[in-house]
Amino acid sequence: MLKKLKLRRSHALIFGGITIIGVVIWLWLSYQNKQKWPETFGYGKTATQQDITKLDIDIRPDGKGLPSGSGNVAEGAVIYTNKCAACHGADGKEIKGVKLPGPPLVVGGGKTKTIGNYWPYATTLFDYVRRAMPYNAPGSLTDDEVYSLCAWLLNENKIIKANQIMNARTLSKVEMPAQKLFIVDDRKGGPEVK
Amino acid sequence: MSMEQQDKPVKTTEKKISRRTLLGGALATAILPVTSVFAKYIQVGVPAIPDPTKQPGPLPGKVGTRSPFESPVKKPSDISSRTPLQDLYSTITPSDLHFERHHAGVPSIDPNQYELLIHGMVERPMKFSLHDLKRFPSVTRTCFIECAGNFRTGKEDMTVQEILGLTSQSEWTGVMLSTLFRELGVNPKATWFLAEGGDAAVLTRSIPIRKAWDDAMIVYAQNGEAIRPEQGYPARLLLPGWEGNTNVKWLRRIEISDAPYFTREETSKYTYPVKDKIRMFSFEMDARSIITYPSFPQTIERGWIEIRGIAWSGRGKVVKVEVSTDAGKNWIEARLQGPVLEKAHTYFRHLWHWDGSETEILSRVTDETGYTQPTLKQLIDARGKDIGGYHMNPVTAWRIKRDGNVVFKPENHK
Ligand code: HEC
Repeated sequence: MLKKLKLRRSHALIFGGITIIGVVIWLWLSYQNKQKWPETFGYGKTATQQDITKLDIDIRPDGKGLPSGSGNVAEGAVIYTNKCAACHGADGKEIKGVKLPGPPLVVGGGKTKTIGNYWPYATTLFDYVRRAMPYNAPGSLTDDEVYSLCAWLLNENKIIKANQIMNARTLSKVEMPAQKLFIVDDRKGGPEVK
Repeated sequence: MSMEQQDKPVKTTEKKISRRTLLGGALATAILPVTSVFAKYIQVGVPAIPDPTKQPGPLPGKVGTRSPFESPVKKPSDISSRTPLQDLYSTITPSDLHFERHHAGVPSIDPNQYELLIHGMVERPMKFSLHDLKRFPSVTRTCFIECAGNFRTGKEDMTVQEILGLTSQSEWTGVMLSTLFRELGVNPKATWFLAEGGDAAVLTRSIPIRKAWDDAMIVYAQNGEAIRPEQGYPARLLLPGWEGNTNVKWLRRIEISDAPYFTREETSKYTYPVKDKIRMFSFEMDARSIITYPSFPQTIERGWIEIRGIAWSGRGKVVKVEVSTDAGKNWIEARLQGPVLEKAHTYFRHLWHWDGSETEILSRVTDETGYTQPTLKQLIDARGKDIGGYHMNPVTAWRIKRDGNVVFKPENHK
């Protein structure tokens, strides 16, 4: 009798143990199931500093990204005439009744929205001209040429003086008249029309 | 007959004729007499067609073609090309009719050379080949892409395509941007990222990082096949519901940052006057709808007419579309074609009995945020007279003339 009971008890222990182990395994498995994405898939390659430098041409308003080099208004005038005027006009201004291949770049008599009265940051000018202009040969200008073009365009738009040199330090300090006009989107859905 | 036999020459008494010629060659040479009653309905250039029940047609081919009787086409200008929405019967835009807008043409990119670089505020800057991108867990989603400058008005003889043909819808497949960001270990302090295209404009936009954690994708397929060059082959950014320009095509680089860059596309362009200020970073496309049938240059006949159109919202689902057939005096809820998807063109229909009198028909949509498509006047009241052309989504009206002609009702806004 006693022996039988002992046997039962050991049986119970064994079965109980198995059950507990089973539950633990089941819990662990279902946890694994939810976590079935690996820590990392391991696809792709680590990018080297060289890979990044080759493509990283963007510039922020705080000047982050501006390269070394410099330019001035007088040189900018020459480069503009040679490389830009064909599309943007001799002085970059809107000409009434004429549709030039490129938009006006200098505030003229009309209502044109351009660099002098609409652009909030001068750094955008460097970033955009270097990456996208001249339209027919994007990416062909040297950093010095781009600084000179910025100097000329900012001077024509009456934002900087004719003797001001443009470089990584001075360009990000240029204050654009339109900057104070910009507000961040305040639409948010709902019944109100904004 | 087994497949292998199909192209084998069939022996005839005279000479060997390929079975393909025998079965499919007759159509091209068929000429229909011009005196036929049917002939006047056939456009010039469309092959004349003999009784199709009296002659077998061509054999199966490698790529399908449109019926020669159907010719929906995009409407190109120097800078964009518009979807013929008035020719579509439902919400998916055939890939070759998807609108185009690019700033320096369509680049050709070798998929084997393609790389996407992601760097900036990450633990591991990485580059992914197209093959890498395709190996990640993928997701398919249907949504619209609409250009932020999708508004034209001015004259009566304007089609839907001319008024707002810069919106199209596809089923896109790719990898969630969050899946890639997880791989890179993005710094939790990052708040923006820059997306850059590999076209001649090297176009860039700054995007709040919340969109990456929400529903942004990098897509490489459109309507089941590889994305078209005009839509960003081999891979583009997809930001469901956000202005088209931010869905950077030919995506080559993403830089993770703690500030926006104020690129030319988000300052000089894609911004607009609101009273005496200029609104920037307007990402969501607000709810909009348009009746595509009947519309100019279609004509209608007295009797029952099913008014049809599309409605969408960049902020979520379309909840209801109302139609007015009496110039805006009364509005009736239209039927929506389900399933209604988030940030997706949604088809609506409304049955109307036209008694032949002159009237105006209009539609307006309400989305799940409770926003109802405004009139042009409401937009001008909110933003001022110098309203510009971005993020304009006014209610569009069609005039029904007594003779059944349908014309656009242009509204002056300047
Ligand atoms: C072949 C014609 C052509 C030439 C040459 C050219 N541009 Fe452009 N430019 C354009 C076009 C077209 C655009 C508009 C591109 C667009 O909308 O995306 C443009 C846009 C610009 C803009 C942006 C204007 C705005 O309001 O957003 C600037 C700045 C600019 N060009 C500067 C230059 C400079 C500096 C040069 C000379 C190095 C130059 N361009 C040469 C055609 C040209």
